[in-house]
Amino acid sequence: MGKFRKDKDKGTPQVTTAALPDIIFMLLFFFMVSTVMRTESLLVKVSVPGATEVQKLEKKSLVSYINIGPPKQEALGSKARIQLNDSFASVSDVGEFILSEKEQLDEADRQFMTTSLKVDKDTKMGVVSDVKQELRKVGAFKINYSTRQVAEIKYY
Amino acid sequence: MARKVPEINGGSMADIAFLLLIFFLVTTTMDVDKGIVRRLPPPPNPDAEPPDIKERNIFTILVNKNDRLMVEGEPGQLRNLREEVKRFISNPYNKETLPEKRMEQIDFLGQVSVSKGIISLKNDRGTSYDMYIRVQNELAAAFRELKNELAQEKFGIKYDELAKEEYIKAIDKAIPVAISEAEPENVGD
Repeated sequence: MGKFRKDKDKGTPQVTTAALPDIIFMLLFFFMVSTVMRTESLLVKVSVPGATEVQKLEKKSLVSYINIGPPKQEALGSKARIQLNDSFASVSDVGEFILSEKEQLDEADRQFMTTSLKVDKDTKMGVVSDVKQELRKVGAFKINYSTRQVAEIKYY
Repeated sequence: MARKVPEINGGSMADIAFLLLIFFLVTTTMDVDKGIVRRLPPPPNPDAEPPDIKERNIFTILVNKNDRLMVEGEPGQLRNLREEVKRFISNPYNKETLPEKRMEQIDFLGQVSVSKGIISLKNDRGTSYDMYIRVQNELAAAFRELKNELAQEKFGIKYDELAKEEYIKAIDKAIPVAISEAEPENVGD
């Protein structure tokens, strides 16, 4: 009888929680790696337009962002402004900004650098065209018009 | 004796890890940036002559400051743009007024006719960005649908579902996304 019981105990071990820290650590590392600490705060309101034909931007580290939209602070008016890093900028600063971003990348990665334009949908194209011209001048040809993904476009 | 030495209690390890996990969960911004990817042309060379392109190979789209469309010289509607672009690029009946094609040998596809058509997009400085993206979106959709059709015909599956890199490249070569943006200037003030 005693022998029988012993066998039974061995057959059903308790669920071990020893691996729990490992599982949690795994999750932790995943989030640590995927986290991008947001350093810049937006000074402009950017509500990007919707589109159906969107592509994902692959390597985040190779993307530099240019925000264009009306300032959040209403005292600054409603005209669209350009934000680079943490401050307002003018069109002529864009080239320098892109070059400095490029400098930070590895030599091999520079050709894959992408500029993502986060532009408010109510912005006029004039300022966007100006920025695009600047980007062409400094050789940042790969651009991305940041959009939301929508299932369907409403025509009016 | 050795059994009596207490092990370091690992039970709280999970809690510490949880704490860190929650911190990173909260600070993570999972927003993957999405958008319409385009390639800008290099700056124009002042010495170079503008390339000579036949009128039949160009599909002009103008967007004025009131976000109205002018498509091939006539007022156009955004909802029709996709079909018009598709018809222009594919030129199914080899019409004289629609773009020429050239036969090309492409790996995995064999002999295919590649359209010489170019979409020329021109916008005013006063055009809204929203409208511009809508037009770009329609153009992207038109090209995607053409690619889907070709992939369906050649490989039996849609372009979006193609897994092999070589197939994707072959289709891209057969249907190049030829969108040319005019040098900015004011139109239709």
